Amino acid sequence: MAGQPLTVFQVAGRAMSAQLVRMNTTASNLANAGGVASSADAAYRTIKPVFQTEYDKATGLATVDVKQIVQAGEAPTKRYDPTNPQADADGNVWENAVDETRELVDMMETARGYQNDVQVMNTAKSLVLDTLKLGQGS
Amino acid sequence: MANDSLFGVHAAALEVRSQRMGLLASNIANASTPGYKAQDIDFQQALSAAENDGGFDAQAMQASTKYRVPLETSMDGNTVDLSTEQTAFAENAIAYQTTLSFLNGRIGQITRALKGE
Repeated sequence: MAGQPLTVFQVAGRAMSAQLVRMNTTASNLANAGGVASSADAAYRTIKPVFQTEYDKATGLATVDVKQIVQAGEAPTKRYDPTNPQADADGNVWENAVDETRELVDMMETARGYQNDVQVMNTAKSLVLDTLKLGQGS
Repeated sequence: MANDSLFGVHAAALEVRSQRMGLLASNIANASTPGYKAQDIDFQQALSAAENDGGFDAQAMQASTKYRVPLETSMDGNTVDLSTEQTAFAENAIAYQTTLSFLNGRIGQITRALKGE
């Protein structure tokens, strides 16, 4: 794909892929919310994608790519819970570091962004199809 | 192409509208990218460049592309305001379709003249 000039369909399409990656990370985070582990290293930490603008000099357009996925947010919190089967020798468990409220807000923003990209693509498609039919109406 | 009197201003207008659609789509695509600065085409300037300087090339587009002045600042440096972009995109799409129907009318006119109806 690199090297070729961007079209409006690639702009919207790649943005949709990026938003989908973001939605997947949010789903992973929410799925692991509320879980516990026996050590701080084994506990789940929130993951986030890093978005980066991809400019196309030839056409002046810009789309977005996921540069990398990083661990972000707080460290797992230690809780004393000796009855938990996952507790270590001292009776401690580590709670997965997921802020559920933030993830839900992120999910809504992702869905909104995805919907906007779909709408852009639909509009562009119908305009291109109309252009193809130029002069055939008469 | 620029001095083509067959389609008048509409051929150049369609070209500029098409480029502007791509640019607004880029803004919407980057609505949640940190540090992205929204851009838009100065339609007046782009259209006169397309009419006078022989076509709307990459250079003419670069000259008439401006950064949007943000209504509010955001912490991550992104200046895309979704409602502004969506409004501009819809307006641009309708203007594109209007230009298309002008072109269609012209083509129909000439076709009828050629057929001698």
